[in-house]
Amino acid sequence: MEPIKVLTANIDKPNSASIDVYLAGGGYKAAEKALKMKPEEVTQIVKDSELRGRGGAGFPTGMKWSFVPKNAPRPTYLLCNADESEPGTFKDRVIIERDPHLLIEGMIISAYAIGSCPMSYIYIRGEFYFGATVLDKALEEARAKGFLGKNIFGSGFDFDITVHRGAGAYICGEETGLIESVEGHRGQPRVKPPFPAVVGVFGGPTVVNNVETLACVPLIINNGAEWFKGFGSPKNTGPKLYCVSGAVKKPGVYEFPMGISLKELIYEHCGGITGDRKVKAVIPGGASAPMLTADELDLPLNFDAVMKAGSMLGSAGIIVIDESMCIVDAVWRLAKFFAHESCGQCTPCREGTNWMETVLDRLERGHGRQQDADLLLDMADNIGGKSLCALGDAAIGPVISSVKKFRDEYLYHVEHKSCLPGTTRYRRLDVAMAVH
Amino acid sequence: MAELHPDSAYAPERFADPAKKVEFSPEAKKKFDYLLTRYPNKEAALLPVLHLAQEEWGWISPEAVHYIGGLLDLSPATVFGVVSFYNMYNQKPVGKYHVQVCTNLSCMIGRAYDIYEGLCEKMNVQPGQTTPDGKFTITEVECLGSCGTAPVVQINNDYHENMTVEKVDALLKTLK
Repeated sequence: MEPIKVLTANIDKPNSASIDVYLAGGGYKAAEKALKMKPEEVTQIVKDSELRGRGGAGFPTGMKWSFVPKNAPRPTYLLCNADESEPGTFKDRVIIERDPHLLIEGMIISAYAIGSCPMSYIYIRGEFYFGATVLDKALEEARAKGFLGKNIFGSGFDFDITVHRGAGAYICGEETGLIESVEGHRGQPRVKPPFPAVVGVFGGPTVVNNVETLACVPLIINNGAEWFKGFGSPKNTGPKLYCVSGAVKKPGVYEFPMGISLKELIYEHCGGITGDRKVKAVIPGGASAPMLTADELDLPLNFDAVMKAGSMLGSAGIIVIDESMCIVDAVWRLAKFFAHESCGQCTPCREGTNWMETVLDRLERGHGRQQDADLLLDMADNIGGKSLCALGDAAIGPVISSVKKFRDEYLYHVEHKSCLPGTTRYRRLDVAMAVH
Repeated sequence: MAELHPDSAYAPERFADPAKKVEFSPEAKKKFDYLLTRYPNKEAALLPVLHLAQEEWGWISPEAVHYIGGLLDLSPATVFGVVSFYNMYNQKPVGKYHVQVCTNLSCMIGRAYDIYEGLCEKMNVQPGQTTPDGKFTITEVECLGSCGTAPVVQINNDYHENMTVEKVDALLKTLK
């Protein structure tokens, strides 16, 4: 499979973030076209394209839009989720920093389709300071050209966008956590139902879409649903940005029709593994996706195939772990992440993630106990499905999969109080600094 | 009364000193007024206003918490709840350069712990502490969303990608 340039068509042009470059490439034509249609027609095209949300869950976008009730008592909102904080994911940043107008155009069309009120927010993670300035500049440019503001393209549709910076909380990438954060609260997810499509931000119906999802919308409007379905396989359509990082020679963002195999992506396009070592494990969809082993690399990377293999495509943040890394240490780092990012609302997640981190750390330090591997599975069992949002389920993904697939390494830590020969720990244990 | 650790919620440092008054500068006040026009209610502007305050003073002091609460009609407890929930709001003053090393998995594979532990050792500080001259604060942070160019070090607002121990050393030497 050859790499394609569909979503990333603009990003290599000089000065690609400016509106002139975007207009020269046929920009804002889709918005003009869509605003001449009826909102239901726009939603129908997106439904026909079988576009699935690129943020992680893979929920059909058109369907999400059609859940928004008409004539709701409060204004309807569109929120863009640019809180890209899933470890291993860095695709949205490419669009934000190098093709912000594609996102803005996608938001105009989507807002029109759902009947949004004249204000909308891009929730960008606080660390993307540069990205936020790029977006602010792009929004200014779009306002100056009349693509945002009152009566866009003479359609009578008013729309504007505000960039809302987060402040460093992974949980705000969760739909309802994000909504809480836009409202100025602590980003603690809400109980569902009511789902955001009925009661979301400021009490109104709300659609939260990922950056990449929204960026697909202008392409679908321009080229039609059939064209979009030409990429990938049925139910898993469209171009997809894959982020590859970790122990590969050429990490980065790659665009392919959905469904390239993991092996081809790693060995043919990313140049293979650093130091020509072997693969030990691959995380296919950001830190929350269960690990795959070297035997499972033939897997096509689309939502359904990866799910069938017991993992998830998530945000397509692929992290490659080579054979020289101690798996317990790698999993410890992910457990530490989830322990740090648990919002503290649900007891199983708040306490459980910390205990998983503690047990993994004691294994690394040579204080592991015989029953620790099973203890981890037991803890995971008590977290999974017992928290309000998906963070609890995410946190147990790497732990369960690694204990099941690399049990010998866990047991070696218990028996020999050191890492399996040939594997190393990428941190020091003697320093007080390891404590967080 | 026993001395309380400064991190304790009841430490005197955590309470606002009524004698100290803080106020936004005229430019910041202007930005504040603009922010309010972008949201349907005052409370929603809290996150951007806290960012503004941090740009202004470098950290969110207890006095700033009270001041912002007053501006947005929120109780200081509500504001402090938000400040303490989000990582990026500094609850203590930080150095001129806030060096934030990502050590999450992709960066860890790129040997980010060598950078992080090396920096703490070289500057002789504990994580989150500031060097005595007030120049550097070293913090370990979670994924910065730049895993393709790991390891990443964020200094104040800027990302520095594809770092190594040597590159970080050279970089810090250029910071005056």
